[in-house]
Amino acid sequence: MTKTAPKGRKKPTGRYFDAAITVKTEDGEANPSKPKRRHQKSFTGDFLRMQSQDKNKALHKNKRPNVTEKPKKQKIPQEVLDKYSRGDAVDSSGVKTRHFKEKQKRKEIYLDYATEQAARTELLLQETPGKLEADEGEITAEYRQSEIAANVDLQSAAKHFSLKLDFGPYTMRYTKNGRHLLLGGRRGHVAAFDWITKKLHCEFNVMETVADVQWLHVPTMYAVAQKEWVYFYDKKGTELHCVKRLTRVNRMDFLPYHFLLAAGNSAGYASWLDVSIGELVGNFNTGLGDIRHMRHNPANGVLCIGGGKGVVSMWSPKVREPLAKLLCHPTAMTALTVDPKGEHLVTAGLDRLVKVWDLRQLNDKPLAIFNLRLPANEVEVSQRGMLALSQGTYLETYTDVLTSGGTGRRNKLPYLRQRCDAFVHGMRFCPYEDVLGISTANGFQSLLVPGCGEPNYDALEDNPLETSQQRREHEVHALLEKIPPELITLDPHEITGVDAPTLQEKVDAKRQLFHLKPPRINMNPRHKMKGRGGSAKAARNKQIVKDLKRKEFISEVRKAKKDIIASHAGDGDNAQQTSGEKFIKPKVVRSVLDRFKPKPQKKQKPTK
Amino acid sequence: MKVKMISRNPDNYVRETKLQHHKVPRNYDPALHPMEGPREYVRALNATKLDRVFAKPFVCNLSGHRDGVACFGKHPKLLSTLATGAYDGEVRIWDLANRISLRSFVAHDGFVRGIAYARNGQRFFTVGDDKTIKVWNAEAPDVGEEEEPVNTILSRHILHGISHNRKDNSFATCGEVCAIWDEQHNDPIKTLKWGVDTLHTISYNPVETNVLACCASDRSIILYDQREAQPLRKVVLTMKSNKLAWNPMEAFNFTVANEDCNLYSFDTRKLQTPLKVHFDHVSAVTDVDYAPTGKEFVSASYDKTMRIYHAHQSHSRDIYHTKRMQHVVCVAWSLDNRYIFSGSDEMNVRMWKANASEKLGVIRPRERTNFNYQEALKEKYAAHPQIKRIARHRQVPRHVMNAQRKMRMVKDKELVKEANVRKHSKKGKVPFVNEKQKHVLREDI
Repeated sequence: MTKTAPKGRKKPTGRYFDAAITVKTEDGEANPSKPKRRHQKSFTGDFLRMQSQDKNKALHKNKRPNVTEKPKKQKIPQEVLDKYSRGDAVDSSGVKTRHFKEKQKRKEIYLDYATEQAARTELLLQETPGKLEADEGEITAEYRQSEIAANVDLQSAAKHFSLKLDFGPYTMRYTKNGRHLLLGGRRGHVAAFDWITKKLHCEFNVMETVADVQWLHVPTMYAVAQKEWVYFYDKKGTELHCVKRLTRVNRMDFLPYHFLLAAGNSAGYASWLDVSIGELVGNFNTGLGDIRHMRHNPANGVLCIGGGKGVVSMWSPKVREPLAKLLCHPTAMTALTVDPKGEHLVTAGLDRLVKVWDLRQLNDKPLAIFNLRLPANEVEVSQRGMLALSQGTYLETYTDVLTSGGTGRRNKLPYLRQRCDAFVHGMRFCPYEDVLGISTANGFQSLLVPGCGEPNYDALEDNPLETSQQRREHEVHALLEKIPPELITLDPHEITGVDAPTLQEKVDAKRQLFHLKPPRINMNPRHKMKGRGGSAKAARNKQIVKDLKRKEFISEVRKAKKDIIASHAGDGDNAQQTSGEKFIKPKVVRSVLDRFKPKPQKKQKPTK
Repeated sequence: MKVKMISRNPDNYVRETKLQHHKVPRNYDPALHPMEGPREYVRALNATKLDRVFAKPFVCNLSGHRDGVACFGKHPKLLSTLATGAYDGEVRIWDLANRISLRSFVAHDGFVRGIAYARNGQRFFTVGDDKTIKVWNAEAPDVGEEEEPVNTILSRHILHGISHNRKDNSFATCGEVCAIWDEQHNDPIKTLKWGVDTLHTISYNPVETNVLACCASDRSIILYDQREAQPLRKVVLTMKSNKLAWNPMEAFNFTVANEDCNLYSFDTRKLQTPLKVHFDHVSAVTDVDYAPTGKEFVSASYDKTMRIYHAHQSHSRDIYHTKRMQHVVCVAWSLDNRYIFSGSDEMNVRMWKANASEKLGVIRPRERTNFNYQEALKEKYAAHPQIKRIARHRQVPRHVMNAQRKMRMVKDKELVKEANVRKHSKKGKVPFVNEKQKHVLREDI
């Protein structure tokens, strides 16, 4: 029923309402006729075929082509869901009322949905992790760095470089986003540079020994532990601060979410300096002697300090005793590290073993043991769980911290090997890159280790490609979210849980009941009119009230004590005593000569 | 050898021109976001603090009345219209968006006791101390024309309040009797009586529209049905109730503002015990109005403050006061759930935000998302002592604080006394009485 233009006249151009005109087809279905372009109108063959196909479909299935139908959602594999899951659902069987039970159930649905949505975003990740596969008859360990560099793209090949530096054994640090590198030579050389573009920020000699270097929360500031004190410098090398409260520091570490610079010094003091307010939030003697090995656990911010006796102790700035201690080696320790997820602790000792411990369980059984020919002097774990360990000048990496191997075991071969020209003093995996940085006695080397780094960064957490404006914004946000040092505990999720008293606290509360003192009662007698009561009477009344309250208190406490004793009568040694009384005593046969026996000792009063 | 290394193409990560936004790739892997709990906690703490920082509920002051404001009438259809009546008989219609008074006229001799809009919003009814009900056009008269009531009804009895039926054309007045009127007639359809006392306030149930409730001066609350000849039920409290408001969503519940500083929420099905006693005011509560969601209500009090309560909680969630506001006489919650109006003795009508820290004006989607996130965080961590303390803290006027302290002392003293009496009397002779039951004397049917 479309209008046809009169002959000799141009057909009017299509208007928007033309689309609304419907055409009745044979099968009685109304199809909206779409205005077509000129080239489509003249074009017949293929287009018609398409339309007829459509019609056939409609005839066969008797179903309109549904445009609005939602695309079917892909099912997410369980292991991906597990990765994003925050744990099992809350057991609502203990919830008393139906209302709150329902509420909890509804909440769980939301949480499941959130997990699912997070898991779905995995589709959007742009990069895949690096990898290195050996050809047939070859193993990955026999590839040299030059070979790897020759086989990768130019951008990656440029990440393999080495620096020859003269100022003695070096320590090194990457920034949290892996973009910048800081080198500190024992003989005073400090250099900061963007290692990807190889752009030097600053380089100078502090004319003092440099024990350790550490970036702060932004790549424009860093701390250098020098001979006596810790100094802060900015990117240009300007001295910002000299922190004289941190003396003779050996090792430094930075807790980015707490803004704490942790330092361990040669007298055994562990100190935490809040760099946002410049205050020492914790500073005490650990009693461990010279602190040589110190790393923080990225998952909870606890400082792990390895001692000379093979014990790793974990410290929080507000608790003066270690939160936990772990005997790792029978000999002195040579290195320790915590993996970036905070799950594993890797320790190396003079007993030529490298052990991997579970930090969440904290039991005395290592998850894996690496046997070495020489003691490892540095260990390091990458973001994707690759283990690197150095023994003097020799260095190897393993693909998984939990598959134990080592040079002592021939069956388990390393992923990559490298022999350096000098003794390795510092070693770090670069975050978000497939690079292992090594600082040696005479310089720095950047090695390519395909597959060690996390390929997809989260720009709101760490952004290797951040602009200065983004950096400033991030700094402000990070400062607003600074976690107070009191929240550094072994379990970081403690704050989200229910504050239920532990068994120890319950026991303590009960025990305290046995040492209660009656409170002092201060009573002001009411002022009475003249003649109604003298001071003597008032004093007597006061005494009466006091006595009464005291008696009341004592009786209450006694009752409470009785209850406690009654509740514990069923278990422990009390049970043994009560059951012991049930035995029938053997009859004692007395004789006249008993009086010559030594008298039994008087029973001592049981002490509380 | 097959080798692949992470090598990011800058095209995917760096914006092309300055006109674009920066690219922000996200990775929600929990391993990259450590210390989730403590960080969320700090965020929740900050959100709570910000909430208190931005808590500036006062929006504006509408001045113009020449005597204390006595009553409000909410327009059922126009959010920006509010009618107010004053002690000198003046009625003003306000344009709230522009904060101006559109009309003002003297409607009655003496007090304006009540204003009610018809259900279509084209007329409104005022009652006054001059025993008249006047019907006015909601439209302002043309320029040059006088303000004239459409209709004036003379009542035989004194009138104290008016309420309009939500679904049909009837309205009800109270005074000496409760009278049901039709808009078309000049005589009441029905008068309902129970005793001889004065009825102060009347309110139609918004859902079950035949049901009415009145507060009487003999301390009772009376329920009527306009179809029946006799009143339904009556509950007597220990003190007089000043105002009554039905919960618009759970319309079987209502709340009364009582002279004894408390508000009582009742279930009509069970009037012996109130559902909840709402404490916190330190002087007689004069008015109460529900939010349209039925989850909250606002109360005005003689102690120069207003308080906002959750309908099911006994302590207020917020208190509003200013230095200049005197005894608050009437209060209304706007029908878009965003504003609260208060009329007080010192001739001003004030407009407040219902949510003290809400941002007015256009909110961009990202901002909205952030607000929602902060809300969720605040709720999640609400039980933490530090957060609870900050969220609960309010600065109250000194006279309120002193009165609160005094009331607490009196209450403590009574508790001690009761305990002492109980200790020295026979067991069971001094029973424990629930706080809810203390205030209801009896229920009559």
